[in-house]
Amino acid sequence: MYVLVTYDVQTTSPDGKRRLRRLARACLDYGQRVQLSVFELKLDPALWASCRERLLSIIDPEHDSLRVYHLGSRWEGLVEHHGAKPGFDLEGPLIL
Amino acid sequence: MKTHLNTLYVTTQGSYLAKQGLTVQVRIDGKPRAQLPLHNLEGIVCFGRVGCSPALMGACADQGVAISFLTERGRYLASVRGASHGNVLVRRRQYRLADDPSTALDVARRIVLSKVANSRSVLLRAARDAEGAANRVAELQAAANRLSASVHELRGATSLDSIRGLEGEAATHYFGAFNALLSNAPASDTFRFTRRSRRPPLDPINALISFLYTLLLHDARSACEAVGLDPCVGFLHADRPGKPSLALDLMEELRAYVADRLAYSLINRRQVSADGFKLLDNGAIEMTDATRKAVLVAYQERKRDPLTHPFLAEKTVVGMLPHLQALLLVRWIRGDLDAYPPFLWKG
Repeated sequence: MYVLVTYDVQTTSPDGKRRLRRLARACLDYGQRVQLSVFELKLDPALWASCRERLLSIIDPEHDSLRVYHLGSRWEGLVEHHGAKPGFDLEGPLIL
Repeated sequence: MKTHLNTLYVTTQGSYLAKQGLTVQVRIDGKPRAQLPLHNLEGIVCFGRVGCSPALMGACADQGVAISFLTERGRYLASVRGASHGNVLVRRRQYRLADDPSTALDVARRIVLSKVANSRSVLLRAARDAEGAANRVAELQAAANRLSASVHELRGATSLDSIRGLEGEAATHYFGAFNALLSNAPASDTFRFTRRSRRPPLDPINALISFLYTLLLHDARSACEAVGLDPCVGFLHADRPGKPSLALDLMEELRAYVADRLAYSLINRRQVSADGFKLLDNGAIEMTDATRKAVLVAYQERKRDPLTHPFLAEKTVVGMLPHLQALLLVRWIRGDLDAYPPFLWKG
């Protein structure tokens, strides 16, 4: 399944900057970065449960917000992209 | 349930793969170029001068992601796989069954039968597609008829050696008709098949087929490992140190359907062309980097083609075939199935 994760972190304090870094690293462990604080994750429900747990343990609910959009498995019809940084198709050929 | 996951191919010389969190990071000239979560991958195939950090190898071994190292031209060098955590009881039974001559004979026969039958289906399918080109159709059908005869003889074969002999004979007939698989349009001398040659391949078609077989072998080997079988103890192929006999056995059923069909359609659709190959001093033919990449892309796309598995009657994709056949093999070894059902494609 595909999951879209976005967040806003208050970075006025050093602690906030740390949370921002940790969130980004956690999201990158499970998916690809499509915009600065927008990530597309392709994972199975079990893995999503542990990923979600990890993300929730990082944020500070007082100051930060985390939004999750569930795109399911038929995400191709739901996502449009325009402009730079198209990202790569995780299911397409991966040749570097 | 296992799903078809992607394989990462790294062909850029001098690149380095490192573990970054739970992902693999591909660095080219020291700069990060891509970062992919390991749980989205089934395997990593490195061509030529590609480095791999020990931490990444460990993480891949842990997660069941197979890493294979190939030369730049695609000759197999080595793989990194984790400790065999497969079921030791299954492996013990596999050895016992492989040691039992009558069982080995039966499996070997099934495998070769399906190989010949699938080759025949490929020829007949091409014959149907080639309607209008009377001489090609005749040649394809003649070869298909000879393969039918081989199938008949295989049924009565009583020794492994005679099975291997009949397999070789069938392969000669099959490859003898390979030229007729090519549509007339790109009939330059470049793509003329004379005979099967490997180590080194002596013409572009052989180079193409050999490369596709290497990719298929990587997948077959991973499939054996993934279901807990020893990829080195086969039934049809004899034991030799380092030879992945079981993976080669598993591959036989899939060669024609997965690799050969792709090879000739790449030529017919002109996705590979004459200038995509170069001749080396020793007479070997090598693909250029661009051709190799085009073939990799085509192979990965081929693996996403849907089909319904003839035995399981389940919808799946071509890329899952090695795994599904390995699964059926394990079920037979465990005694859940009376006999191993090889993959039979009804073109």
